[in-house]
Amino acid sequence: MSVLAPAPGAAEVYRDPARQARVRRRARRDALVGMASLFGFVIVVSIVVSSSPGWPAVQETFFNGQEFISTFPGLLEAFWLNVRIFLVAEPLILIIGLLVALARTLRSPIFLPIRVVATLYVDIFRGVPTILVIFLLGFGVPALRIEGMPKDAVFWGTAALVLSYGAYVAEVFRAGIDSVHPSQRMAARSLGLSLFQTNRHVVLPQAVRNVVPPLLNDFISLQKDTALVAVLGPIEVLRRAQIDASSTFNYTPYVGAALIFIALTIPMTRFADWIQSRSRSRRRAGGTS
Amino acid sequence: MNSAILSVRGVWKSFDEHPVLRGIDLEVGAHQAVVLIGASGSGKSTLLRCMNGLESVDAGTIILDGDVDVTGFDTDLDVVRRRIGIVFQSYNLFPHMTVLDNIALAPRKVLRRGRAECDDQARGLLARFGLEAKAGEYPDRLSGGQAQRVAIIRALAMEPEIMLFDEITSALDPLLVGEVLDAVRELKSGGLTIVMATHEMTFARDVADQVCFLQGGVVLEQGSPAQIFESPGEPETQQFLSRLPH
Ligand SMILES: Nc1ncnc2c1ncn2[C@@H]1O[C@H](COP(=O)(O)OP(=O)(O)OP(=O)(O)O)[C@@H](O)[C@H]1O
Ligand SMILES: [Mg+2]
Repeated sequence: MSVLAPAPGAAEVYRDPARQARVRRRARRDALVGMASLFGFVIVVSIVVSSSPGWPAVQETFFNGQEFISTFPGLLEAFWLNVRIFLVAEPLILIIGLLVALARTLRSPIFLPIRVVATLYVDIFRGVPTILVIFLLGFGVPALRIEGMPKDAVFWGTAALVLSYGAYVAEVFRAGIDSVHPSQRMAARSLGLSLFQTNRHVVLPQAVRNVVPPLLNDFISLQKDTALVAVLGPIEVLRRAQIDASSTFNYTPYVGAALIFIALTIPMTRFADWIQSRSRSRRRAGGTS
Repeated sequence: MNSAILSVRGVWKSFDEHPVLRGIDLEVGAHQAVVLIGASGSGKSTLLRCMNGLESVDAGTIILDGDVDVTGFDTDLDVVRRRIGIVFQSYNLFPHMTVLDNIALAPRKVLRRGRAECDDQARGLLARFGLEAKAGEYPDRLSGGQAQRVAIIRALAMEPEIMLFDEITSALDPLLVGEVLDAVRELKSGGLTIVMATHEMTFARDVADQVCFLQGGVVLEQGSPAQIFESPGEPETQQFLSRLPH
């Protein structure tokens, strides 16, 4: 106990400065030890890798500096198409997902057809591999030669992503709706709120909050899956890397493309982790209500 | 009892093959406080939920104010629930809204009143129950007693003619029970009709105009608190009361 400690009850908050200093010293020491250990680990791994017999060949084929510098700007430019696909697809996916999830909660018999269609949609598109949907729409629909139908590969590739991810996101939203305790619905109805008002003001806001972390995970995987559109031919980042690599038989452009994806997904993953831990701690703080 | 505002007649209800209510008859007079007592599982909660249509009945009628049948097939339950409020043991506040919004939501959306008017009304009610400082808080920052009083205010904001209370103090720390019961007392003295399931016998004796003992799915015995607590007629009632901690 420090000599200057206030009399009991004299202050709102009091922390012993000597104790605080020890806590800080220990935190600093822990951080230093961690950094030193990590640094040592990296050095050891680098030495082992670079002294192994196959390393020069690997470096030449995958990590060729010259090749990297000459292809990377082209990759970045091509990646802009991935970004555009993502930016168009994501809002549409959210809208479809939410509508389908809501359609599946309708209970009135008159809505049976809507419910059946929504259920079929989810069952089908969740069961079929995304790349197969892309093939089907991207090659299949233009082959029908229907008047006025777009033939653009990017259009159909994006549509396939939207349909495929819409089914997943619908299930995420449905789980979110189910996660809201029935007593919340009962409390809202007992106040005279209609079914629609109960969903709109009580159930959905809580449901959406509960599913933000899994939704972010789906965003991340959609970001990567924009590369699947490459199979239809448009020059997005993977297709660009493929063209570059096949002209020189050097795989550095693939590594460049991978780096671009990583540069985008790592911050998003950290953000998702942060949201998740925040909502966890908030839930722990919340009592019965 | 002259004018019954709520008449329960021959109500039956079972869950699957498990009978809970087996012909309940009960008259609730205007401005009266009726207390339901009975063992755990005797159907108090079920009866209260039937009274505002949260649960459907298998047989019988529940007539509100002599004209609306709560159990009718074509009854607009949203209208019934505007007139009969209910408060539950587990407060069921909406965790994503402030206290003020919890209270003002239903008046705004159901009664279609303006936001300013509803907020004023909510603030007035909060002040009446000593909670004006909590208007901007979220429910997870309230004590159990505060949360339950907010739940009462939320139901009250709809200006119901009847309030149903389902063991609203059972989840509370004993030290907090008093403040919630005081709120009920305040409502009773304001002339609100109250039907209440409770295990707080002292409170029942104090506030009730009529006490109903539920047993085996029927109202086995009913009368004034003095009658039921001092000289119960049925042996089962005597047994139930003698088992309670004093
Ligand atoms: N939704 C339901 N589905 C099936 N059974 C139910 C349901 N609700 C209540 N029950 C059953 O009905 C019986 C009566 O329950 P109820 O909650 O009405 O009793 P209670 O008198 O309120 O008891 P307590 O004092 O414990 O609150 C119990 O046996 C219970 O298990
Ligand atoms: Mg109960």
